[in-house]
Amino acid sequence: MSKEKNKYQSRRDFVRNTGKALIILPLVALPVALARKTSASGYVWQIDPHKCTQCGQCKTHCVLTPSAVKCVHAYVMCGYCDLCGGYLRQGVKTISTGAENQLCPTGAITRAFVEEPYFQYTIDKELCDACGKCVLGCGNFGNGSLYLQIQQNLCANCNDCRIAINCPSDAVSRVPEAVQYIPKDKKQGSE
Amino acid sequence: MIKKAPYILVLFLLILHLSGYSQDRFPRPEFDSGYVYPVDQMPNQRSIMWEYLDVAMLVAALSVTSWLALKKRSRKGLIWMSVFSLAWFGLYRQGCICSVGSVQNVSLALFNTNYSIPLTALLFFLIPLVFALFAGRVFCAGVCPLGAIQELTGIKPLKLPRTVESVMAAVPFIYLALAVLFSATDSRFIICRYDPFVGIFRLDAPYTMIVFGVLLLLAGIFVNRPYCRYLCPYGVLLNLFSRFSHRHLTITPAECTNCRLCEDVCPYDAILPSDNPAEKEDKTISRKRFYLYLLLVPLFAAAGGIALFNLAPALSGMHSDVRLAREIRMEKESGIEAVSKAAVAFKEAGNTEEQLFKGETAIISRFRKAAPWAGVFLGLSLGLALVSMATRTRRTGYAPHRGKCFSCGRCFRYCPVEAPKTV
Repeated sequence: MSKEKNKYQSRRDFVRNTGKALIILPLVALPVALARKTSASGYVWQIDPHKCTQCGQCKTHCVLTPSAVKCVHAYVMCGYCDLCGGYLRQGVKTISTGAENQLCPTGAITRAFVEEPYFQYTIDKELCDACGKCVLGCGNFGNGSLYLQIQQNLCANCNDCRIAINCPSDAVSRVPEAVQYIPKDKKQGSE
Repeated sequence: MIKKAPYILVLFLLILHLSGYSQDRFPRPEFDSGYVYPVDQMPNQRSIMWEYLDVAMLVAALSVTSWLALKKRSRKGLIWMSVFSLAWFGLYRQGCICSVGSVQNVSLALFNTNYSIPLTALLFFLIPLVFALFAGRVFCAGVCPLGAIQELTGIKPLKLPRTVESVMAAVPFIYLALAVLFSATDSRFIICRYDPFVGIFRLDAPYTMIVFGVLLLLAGIFVNRPYCRYLCPYGVLLNLFSRFSHRHLTITPAECTNCRLCEDVCPYDAILPSDNPAEKEDKTISRKRFYLYLLLVPLFAAAGGIALFNLAPALSGMHSDVRLAREIRMEKESGIEAVSKAAVAFKEAGNTEEQLFKGETAIISRFRKAAPWAGVFLGLSLGLALVSMATRTRRTGYAPHRGKCFSCGRCFRYCPVEAPKTV
């Protein structure tokens, strides 16, 4: 009886040890296989403004409310127009700062006089909710100096960005952590 | 439709025209007043050091939990550990990145050339598995924030029938296979997409996520840890590794006296009774069954492979490019206008349809190559589960099922055996 038990014991041990070896193998192999494909720093999500179509889903699909995406302004590209396509609704009767004239639904854009006939437009990121209306307006009628960027200090850096999943033009992608932003300015053009 | 066609064409041309000439429509003004161009502030992500701190916290938490479960044998300590992990990994660090989701990063990095895995993600994947090899599923016991929130809310445990339990236990395998498949083909991270509790950690999420999480928590009051038992894909790996663990939590601190007091306390059905000699089956029958099941293993694996090979085109619909290509093709073939935002963006961007369809074919062939392996994995798992059911382990005392046991320590206080005094 004891002999039989021993036999069982050794067979069990054999299965156990083989299983153990089989299981440890991939655990060791994995870091080796990934040795060249591991980076010490991580990734962050960012919008390529040259691909963005201002569909408005950055506002609605971010897991955060309000969205971690905000409008930013490339001042060097701005025409400082009086009749600003990003600030004013289409077909306004008077060009003024009246709320009925403003395109931004949250009033996040402030207009300040610089000198005749130029006006500076500043985005209040606290108010911006990434609807992209001004970006569309500026792109259609102006220089396209307004664009959307994921604000990295707000972004939860989800493993799977919900905006990226839903972005119709694949504008949202992982960028190396060293990059963080894809700025739009004259020098870079379409990169 | 045909009547409107010219207008649509003109509209498209106009959009193309506008998007091409959207820059420099108005020259940059030359200011006389010495105006300085302001620069929009672009705040950076917080330092990567935080992520390395998370890794350190993970190792520390795992070590403490192992000690509490194996040495100190303290259920109270494990509960406090859960509270800590929920607070730190869940509420403070907001549950990203977690070991459960890191499976996808690993698979994405393994099968894609343009993604290299962050070291922290790789460590989050490996460290709990290494601990499982030494001490069982201590990660589930008190470190995983998803497990912790369920452990703390599971206050009225009920037992489910065995059959329900074993059928539901197959779901995590399917979930894991699909998650690896979808991330390997760079389609989607479904584990993150359907994470139940991250919305609760952030107190901010789409309502579907919150509803799913709250429902799971409510169910979890009675059926403890529903996510861990019936969904968690990382649990499959932990289960496997824990089966071969070097040491594991024990119900009794010394020799089991077979008093049967612990028999019904485990809400996870993870306590294995000692063998009843009276129930011993005829050897030839059990042996026959064992060999039959062993023969079935390769059959199941092949069947799984073939099934998923045939499902590959359907599964490839998870990839957004494939969905877009199908929509555009539908528009071409049946005249149903493609109106989704992706289709509109595709038309605006002016990529050719050939490119799109070529990409679609490439993705489907990737799925054809990858999906059978997922099927083989599922078939193998099913086959080996059957084989393990046909084998009989000899136990002289009550012991936890090493794969299923979460090391929660609920059984400790039911064991009347005193720990031997060590001086």
